[in-house]
Amino acid sequence: MSAASPGKGFDCRNAYVETLEVLAAEDPRIVAVVNDSVGSSKLNKFRDQFPERLVNVGIAEQNMVGVGAGLANGGKVPFVSGASCFLTGRALEQIKADIAYSNVNVKLCGISSGVAYGELGATHHSIEDLAWLRAMKGLTVIVPADPWETAEAIRWAAAHDGPVFIRISRMAVPALARPEGARFTPGKAEILREGDDIAIIACGTLVHRALDAAEALAAEGISARVLNMATVAPIDREAIVAAAGTGAIVTAEEHVVRGGLGGAVAEVVVEERPVPMRVLGFPGFLETGSAEWLFERHGLTPTGIAAAARELLEKRG
Amino acid sequence: MAHRAKQGHPGGDMSCADILATLYFAVLRFDPAEPQAPTRDRFVMSKGHCTGAFYSALAGAGYFPEADLETYLQPGSQLNGHPNRNYLPGVETNTGPLGHGLPVAVGMAVAGQIDQADYRVFALTGDGELQEGSMWEAAMFAGHRRLGNLTVIIDRNRLQQGASTEDTNSLEPLADKWAAFGWDVAEIDGHDADALYAALSAPRGADGKPLCIIAHTIKGRGVSFMENQAGWHHGTPSDAQLAQAFAELDAELAA
Repeated sequence: MSAASPGKGFDCRNAYVETLEVLAAEDPRIVAVVNDSVGSSKLNKFRDQFPERLVNVGIAEQNMVGVGAGLANGGKVPFVSGASCFLTGRALEQIKADIAYSNVNVKLCGISSGVAYGELGATHHSIEDLAWLRAMKGLTVIVPADPWETAEAIRWAAAHDGPVFIRISRMAVPALARPEGARFTPGKAEILREGDDIAIIACGTLVHRALDAAEALAAEGISARVLNMATVAPIDREAIVAAAGTGAIVTAEEHVVRGGLGGAVAEVVVEERPVPMRVLGFPGFLETGSAEWLFERHGLTPTGIAAAARELLEKRG
Repeated sequence: MAHRAKQGHPGGDMSCADILATLYFAVLRFDPAEPQAPTRDRFVMSKGHCTGAFYSALAGAGYFPEADLETYLQPGSQLNGHPNRNYLPGVETNTGPLGHGLPVAVGMAVAGQIDQADYRVFALTGDGELQEGSMWEAAMFAGHRRLGNLTVIIDRNRLQQGASTEDTNSLEPLADKWAAFGWDVAEIDGHDADALYAALSAPRGADGKPLCIIAHTIKGRGVSFMENQAGWHHGTPSDAQLAQAFAELDAELAA
């Protein structure tokens, strides 16, 4: 299935820029701010269509985020885009003071997030960003799982008055099957598969892998619920409490195992309804290898997720 | 205020007080009844720790009652140690950590440039603050964009928290640095109201160079025991020192 087919599927950056171009044509307040990342953010067409609305500050992420805050002060709706590792790491204090604490209408788009730059090594991986950003109250943190959700999140962010971080992957993902009339609701988990034995909560590139894991578990008679937790902050506490009702939770994310989606779910679980959990993610700074190789090596595959679910159920007895 | 609160940054407050007074009472275009008016001039307090002076200017300008100044740094007050736009009208962006205000001011100026709006953007920075790299990222970009609607005022009191700027990480030749980054540069006496008014109010070209005003100032200006003393970066005057400070300032006003 999809997860076993690296290279096939959609690059969510395309959904991001195509949506932004449509929105910018309708709303003259929308501007894009970049750190020399026009190409890697795929904003060439945006620049050609709206040259005066593409603000390229050069290789200067602290200034980029500050400029974004200033543009919002001037009535613009800035989409500040850069490789997630530099946008969040280099400009973390600007995101804290100028964006989140100042509560301004800036949309931060972390491009090529997670381990997309696999072989380039840990400096270019962005697998600490969710922990850093979800600690900042008032900043909505969204990790879309496929092109549709990416486009919906961008549309919602443009209409929403307030700071938003959207984590955009460049790894190929399939378009998830959704019921007719499905809508993206920020702060609400999406139940993609019902199940009562265990719940798998995932975000971003792990969602389709979680669905494949649930399919494999079903063949063994294990009924796994799958939640797409696209909004990591503020988190959907109600959906987590309901998921805990199955008796066990596995979380899966393209992030270190400390402080990300798994941490956010665990915070709710220990307060509201303690059940055994397994948090799947990366252990820390990673070895050299392609993104797909790193996923395989650290069990972020349908097989790895299913195995973790099985072990958790055995342990629970 | 620092005496009542038993904390604060009186040295830096007093070095920039004349600059703020000139801006708020003679130069800036604003209406405290409509603090978010799109056409307002923007002022960014990049040296966000000097709230004693900044809040006094905002109160004097009518953004909130002067009586509120008595709550400075008190529990629950809107007047905390560093300005917060979500509490306090007239504050454009939350500052405090150094090196933040100028990039945000540059963004405001870019917005004005895109819209061909006629508002101006002013940022007041400390001199020690120029040791932050983000200031030079912003300076470089403002020069590149030819943000003629942007003015930065450097409170050049030559002292940072622990020692002189030149002994710590020297800034000179400061004017040459800004000129090299594509700015017009003016050097003035930052306690000379006429010089400040002339430099701040001169018309600027919409697509010309941004303007850097190096305002030479005295940290702790106006109070003999504070002037040029790095120790008054932080500090709380005693009752006797407060009385002496007011006496000296009153004498200067009367002279």
